[in-house]
Amino acid sequence: MSYPEKIHEQAREVIARYPEGRSRSALLPLLHLVQSHDGCVNDEGIAFCAEALGLTKAQVQAVSTFYTMYKREPAGDWLVSVCTNTLCHAKGGQRVYDALAEDLGVGHDETTPDGTVTLEHAECLAACDYAPVVTVNYEFFDNMDETEAIDLVRQLREGKRPIPSRGAPLCTLREMSVQLAGFADEREAGLEGNAGGDATLAGARLAAEAGVTAPAFDAAAPLIAEAAKDKEEAK
Amino acid sequence: MSRVTVPGPRRPREDVLDKLKPVVTKRWLSPGAWKLDVYEQLDGYQALRKALAYAPADLIAFMTESGHRGRGGAGFPVGMKWKFVPDDGNEHYLVVNADEGEPGTCKDLPLMMNDPHSVIEGIVIASYAIKASRAYVYVRGEAVHAARRLRSAVDEAKAAGYLGEDILGSGFDLEVVIHSGAGAYICGEETALLDSLEGMRGQPRLRPPFPATHGLYQKPTCINNVGTIAAVPHIVLGGAEWWKSIGSENSAGTMIYSLSGRVKRPGQYECSMGTTLKELIELAGGMEDGHELRFFTPGGSSTPMLTAEHADVPLDFDSVAKAGSILGTTALMIFSDQDCPVLACWRWLKFYAHESCGKCTPCREGNYWMVRVYERILSGQGDLGDLKILQDACKNLLGRSFCGLGDGATSCVTSSLKFFEQDYLDYIEGTKPPRFAAAAIGAH
Repeated sequence: MSYPEKIHEQAREVIARYPEGRSRSALLPLLHLVQSHDGCVNDEGIAFCAEALGLTKAQVQAVSTFYTMYKREPAGDWLVSVCTNTLCHAKGGQRVYDALAEDLGVGHDETTPDGTVTLEHAECLAACDYAPVVTVNYEFFDNMDETEAIDLVRQLREGKRPIPSRGAPLCTLREMSVQLAGFADEREAGLEGNAGGDATLAGARLAAEAGVTAPAFDAAAPLIAEAAKDKEEAK
Repeated sequence: MSRVTVPGPRRPREDVLDKLKPVVTKRWLSPGAWKLDVYEQLDGYQALRKALAYAPADLIAFMTESGHRGRGGAGFPVGMKWKFVPDDGNEHYLVVNADEGEPGTCKDLPLMMNDPHSVIEGIVIASYAIKASRAYVYVRGEAVHAARRLRSAVDEAKAAGYLGEDILGSGFDLEVVIHSGAGAYICGEETALLDSLEGMRGQPRLRPPFPATHGLYQKPTCINNVGTIAAVPHIVLGGAEWWKSIGSENSAGTMIYSLSGRVKRPGQYECSMGTTLKELIELAGGMEDGHELRFFTPGGSSTPMLTAEHADVPLDFDSVAKAGSILGTTALMIFSDQDCPVLACWRWLKFYAHESCGKCTPCREGNYWMVRVYERILSGQGDLGDLKILQDACKNLLGRSFCGLGDGATSCVTSSLKFFEQDYLDYIEGTKPPRFAAAAIGAH
């Protein structure tokens, strides 16, 4: 087996997270882990997971092919996902996808010849309040239009790392796969990455500006007696 | 990347502003609230201290009394769900469903990113109540920043004694694992989630037996949505009567309404349960210029669409049901006169066809073929019989699919046929130009 000792070590750590006799629960994280080494889930990765968990290769392959985040061909450093589900579609997501496909000369789930960018159209990315939305290695680039999206991939191909609207500073897809396997982002800046945006904070800001709050309460009041007493009074 | 597109919208009226009730979102404006020290300054882990002073059974009774209902879409009473887990001294699990992926739904990711400790604190209280010594959070794979901050919150909480062995000297032990998925909408279905968490394809299980008795590893398991859990510490601090005082009848508390689409300021608006769409649009600065409300989903793509006529329906569990839809996840996708309901349905069905796990025939085949019928209609090749085919297909999916994914797929089809049949007829009769070239979609 050609995996470095570090991957073996990490695999043991992943398996130890689950109860004894339940090691199969480690399969999804392990598939992310082999993807961090190979850039996709290939035959070697499948054999590695099978051996680590005492499964057959067929069992592992049946699982890996079910989930869209496991790539069957080596993906680029930058996975660019464009949401084209209904809401983003209505707000221009399809145009963003089409512009990128033309600019990059690739279609869905294909990688540019220089191996840098893999393009995919994605289903809802849970950022409808920022439609149309694009992610790079799953970090958010919000409210994109065609020009901004083309500029984004140009920067990526020039070796730059544009700052996401929300999420951590970009790391490569292989580095991200280590995190998906359940390991902490070792970069201080990763955790600090922006999580708020105008849409996220819209309601909270509006309430703060207007001085509106939820009703006050007495945190020291007992939990149960309170309910019982009020019932009594209601009678 | 944000573009400034909107001039400052008109300030909402006072009585509408009063609908805003920041509870679950109240820490989002505080910088660094995702870190333990800031969280602790903002009442963090006070609810846990309070809860641990009670017996688990009392906490369950309290949760029942509070009227708290699940925030994942089904609105199941939380206290009842906790009570279903047998108190038999065997191994139990809490599983938190954070696999947010329903089209339109975007409230759980910002919650986990901005206030991850509230999720952890809620998990400890819930696990203590149901006597679980292990909890899993199944986070959607793509939600990397949410998972990153949850993992950090677990580490911090453990170091501070809020997790691990003998939590705050109570004798209660709990271990929490943050488990990232790998890209499959179906894993938001609770039994598919369990299979996925066990390292299998994410396909739903036959019920009964229910997860409460035969869940993860065939052990008693309580599965709660992450938003449901994050509200728990607030309810414990505020009390049952306080929580009930905020919402409407049978719908206690606040709800994060997620507005997207044709409004000036899309975003997350936490209001008392029972706020109407009209009020929410006012909070969001009104409709985009030149757009008039035409249809919306009350709670994601799996809830039947409603129309401009329903803008005054209180968005709570009972009122939305009475109006013929489902409150779901309060993901309000707002569409205007410039959007086409037929095109919207086509795109949603492509989603369901893609995300169908393939286990049962009605869902696998029904969605596949409905997409093709929509493409025929939208390319100007449809006929009146196609509407009947769609209705028949929906009859064969609804209630005949293995899980809710197939049921959910029919919602947009039947509701759009009910409200917007003329839009279908326009394509069929050729009074509206086709959306696709017939050649581009192939012959059927």
